[in-house]
This record gives sequence, C-alpha cells and structure tokens, in this order.
Amino acid sequence: MLQAHQLAIGYPQRRVAEGIDLAVGRGEVLCLLGPNGAGKTTLFKTLLGLIPALDGTVEIDGKPVASLSRQALARTVAYVPQAQVMEFAYTVLDLVLMGRTAHLGPFAAPSMADYNRAHAALDELDILDLADREANRISGGQRQLCLIARALAQDAPLLVMDEPTASLDLGNRFLVLDRVRALRERGFGVVFSTHDPDQARELATRVAVIADGRLAAYGTPGETLTGPTLSAVYGVPVIVERTESGRYVVGPLRT
Amino acid sequence: MRAVPIVALLALALLAAMLVGSMVGPYPIPAGDVIGALLARLRGDTYSPHIDTILFQIRLPRVLAAALVGAALAAAGASYQTLFRNPLVSPDILGVSAGAGFGAVLGILLSLPVIAIQGLGFVTGLVTVAIVYALARTLRSQNEVLVLVLAGIVVGALAGAGISLVKILADPYNQLPAITFWLLGSLSGIKVDDVWSVAPLVIVGLLPLALLRWRIGVLSLGDDEARALGVNVGFVRGVVIAAATLITAAAVSVSGVVGWIGLMIPHMVRPLVGPRYDRVLPASILMGAAFLVLVDTLARSAARIEIPLGLLTALIGAPLFVWLLARGRRVWS
Repeated sequence: MLQAHQLAIGYPQRRVAEGIDLAVGRGEVLCLLGPNGAGKTTLFKTLLGLIPALDGTVEIDGKPVASLSRQALARTVAYVPQAQVMEFAYTVLDLVLMGRTAHLGPFAAPSMADYNRAHAALDELDILDLADREANRISGGQRQLCLIARALAQDAPLLVMDEPTASLDLGNRFLVLDRVRALRERGFGVVFSTHDPDQARELATRVAVIADGRLAAYGTPGETLTGPTLSAVYGVPVIVERTESGRYVVGPLRT
Repeated sequence: MRAVPIVALLALALLAAMLVGSMVGPYPIPAGDVIGALLARLRGDTYSPHIDTILFQIRLPRVLAAALVGAALAAAGASYQTLFRNPLVSPDILGVSAGAGFGAVLGILLSLPVIAIQGLGFVTGLVTVAIVYALARTLRSQNEVLVLVLAGIVVGALAGAGISLVKILADPYNQLPAITFWLLGSLSGIKVDDVWSVAPLVIVGLLPLALLRWRIGVLSLGDDEARALGVNVGFVRGVVIAAATLITAAAVSVSGVVGWIGLMIPHMVRPLVGPRYDRVLPASILMGAAFLVLVDTLARSAARIEIPLGLLTALIGAPLFVWLLARGRRVWS
C-alpha cells in the first residue's frame, strides 16, 4: 500500500537520511526505531507528503504521494500526532469530527452522518463516554486514543502514528498498544515510531531502524532487533534475552 | 447543538441593539415610531417627514455603519485567532490598521476630501498586508506563521513611524486634532453613502470566511495536522488573510482605528458557543455588531461631545477582559 524507494529525506539545507526502502501493506505494522534526531519525524513528514522527498519516491497504491491532492491523500493515510495540549478547548467530539474533513465538500460542515461516524470511531476505541469532555482535560492516554479515533473517523486504510506511547504511563501504554494491535487485526496498515524495542517486538510485522543518516536495519523483528544491531544504533552495549515465558527483553549489557 | 439557539439569541440581541441605537439621540424616537417608520418605508410611504429625516438620514446609517464595523472587526479577530492559533491576536496583527491609519492621516495632511481619505486608508491597509505577505513568502522559512507575524510587526512599526511623521508635519490647529480623532475611531461623520460603500466590501469579505468555516477551524490544529487531515493550508490561509484584511480595511476606512473589538468579542463568544470556528464566526459577527452599535450609541449620547470609539471600547474592554480572565478558566476556553 505504502512504498518508499531509495528515499532521501531532510530539508533543502540539511539532508537527514538517504537510501531508505520500506513498504507497509494492509494488516501490517511497520515499526520505526532510531535514536533521537535520527530523522523519524522527518521520515513521517515525507511519507505523509508534508515535506517533499529530496530523492527517491513515496508511493501509495502505486501513485506518487506528490501527485495526490491533500484531500485524496488524507482519505488514504491518517496521521496520529503526539498528543499535545491545544490552544483551544475543543471537545473530544470536535476533534474527532475534524477527522471527517477530507470527506466534506469544500464549503460544507459535518453532517449528521459525520457526527455518527465520529461517535462510531469513539465507540470502536471504547471512549464514547469522553465525547463531550474537553480534550485538554483528559489524561494523556485518553487524548492519544482520541487522536486515534480521529484517524479512524478519517476512514483511511493506513495510519501513521508518531510515538503514540511516548509520555504515557504503563497502563495507558498497554491500552494504546492493545488498540493498535486490534487495528492491525482489522486490516489497517500501521506505521508507528517508538523508542521501545519491546513494543516493536510485540506488535510489528516489520521493523525499520534509521540511524547515522541511513536505514540501519530493515526486516522482521527477529532479524532487526538483535543485540549487535541495537548496540550499534544506540551506541550503548545492549543485550536481547528471551525469558522463560518466551518474551524478549532488551536491557543494558553489563560486563 | 446548543450553539444554534445561542446564535439565534445573539441575532435578537443585535436587532434590539439596533432598535435602541435608532431610538436614542438628541431627539429621542420611541420604539413604536422607529418600527412604524420602517414599515412605512417598506410600503413606500412616509411616516412623518421629521422622524423619517432623522431616522433614515442620520441615525440608521450610523447604526448600520456601527453594526458593519463591529461585525467586520470581530469576524477578522476570530479568524486571525484561529489562523494564528493564538487567542491574543487581533485584526491588527498583520499591520492592516497601521497601514490604513497611515493612508488616512496622510489624506488628512493633504487636505483631501473625506471620500478620498477613506479610499486612501482602505488601499494602504490592503497594500500594507500585501507587503507583509510578500515579505513572508520571500523569507521562506519552515515556520511560515511566525515569519508572517514578525513581518507584520516590522511593517506595522514602519507604518506607525509614518503616522508619527505625519503628525509632526500636520498643522497643529486643524489637522492634528482630526488625525488624533481619526486614530481613536469615530462614526460621527457617517453618511448614507458610506454605508453603501462599506457594506458590499464587508459582505464580500465575510462570504469566503463563512463558506470555508470548517476548514479554517481545522487550521487551528497547526499546519501539519491540518494538511494531514486534507486541508490545502496555503490556499485557505491566503483566503483568510485576504478576506480578513479586506473587511478590516473597509471598516477602518470609515470608522478610524477602533481597538479591542477584534480581540475581545471572540473571547466573549467562546464561553457561549465553544471554540469551534464554524460557531465562533457567526456568533462573533452578531455580538461584534451588537456591541459596537451600543458603544457608538453611548459615544454620541453619554456626553455633550462625541467620545472617540477607541476610548470607549478600551474603557469597557479592559475591565471586561480582566473579568473574563478572573473567571478561572483560560480566556480562550
């Protein structure tokens, strides 16, 4: 569904990374890892067509992102940003309704059908009771779910999530990951970035690691999330161990 | 959905304010006569030559002009606060008032006729914002909004310096008082023709804001999010700036610089209808119009001389704003 080929990302004055090849299809989760400042957000912006690719191509269903209108793109790819406090005190429902924008005529405001879709999106994530709450006054995890609900209301088959679990407590983190897994099972394609290799191990069908201006690793979690790779990427000795219950745990290697 | 009845109530409040504005003056006209004269006019009759003259030549044009100016400034303020994601923004942010002010005071200095002063103010207001916009486009930056605001401050400051220069050059006995009065805002010289020249401009400017209301609201999430939601950000922002500049310049060219309305009215509206732009816009238009009609009525009837509008809006606006702040919630909620 989404394909990047020999992609170079960055800004006119500053090339951030190059030679990136990756793909994600329906029912797949692509997890993006990399040290701070490696270019995860820049890559997301390029995939979403918010900044132009310096080189190479990003294609959605075979069409270059640059050739699609904003509206057409928004009907295919939904963006879930990191939840932030907003300047205006929108309710959760107001925010989710904004997800319908790409389906509205240029001069239209949401119709009853759009309200219904927004309510349904909230219901899918079990947060319908938050609809009339002010989005700035709910917990960070709830706000993140609210933004995921907005992406669902957008009715786009591909979701791009920028560190959806950053700054969430343990309970909220599990809640959000649980919902992402459910989306994958329902056939959504998901790209999400994280700093936590354990999350990637658990959720991802594919993992992409960017570091040092290139794609340092790309493949299944088993291929990419290895001690040597993670050690090299993050610059600290890392060990990946398998526990008795079959889970993988990443930790610092102490010698 | 409680926003709809509130907007209806605000519309009634505007009608009430316009009725009061038509009644009050050196020659009071009872409400019944105002309505009677209006109905007679609609039938093409004369109600009473005396009342008709006062109402249709003097009072109603002024009430209508106040409503137009109030609606325009409040709508521009609401639009800019949404566009710049900043509740402290007023229609002056991109220099339209400073630019229009410079043009108008220059017109006064050159002893131009009133219509030319208004025209010059209108054109320099538009040109100022065009310069700001062009400047921001030339200084390409990743933060387009920040550059736009900074360019607005720079060009606005230049226009302000121009105004000061004109003040120094002006004849201190005739021109300077006129300049000072103009810069404080007043509707005292309004004629029927002024209403006819301003109304189409304000309506033409409000139309795109009303049509694009939903997408303008989405802009308040920031450029990247709005784009990802399918909004053509550059186009919508350009439309908002052009429309808000047009209506502000049109308003300022007849009323002079009336502060506070654009900043304050959206803040008074949001606690009633919520922060959504598609509701804030109509509510701001109605409340801004009603508010300025009442303030202007006060300005021409409270004292023996005309009180400048900008003075009154500041006198009323500042304490009101503090009260809004003190209510505990953030003002922009």
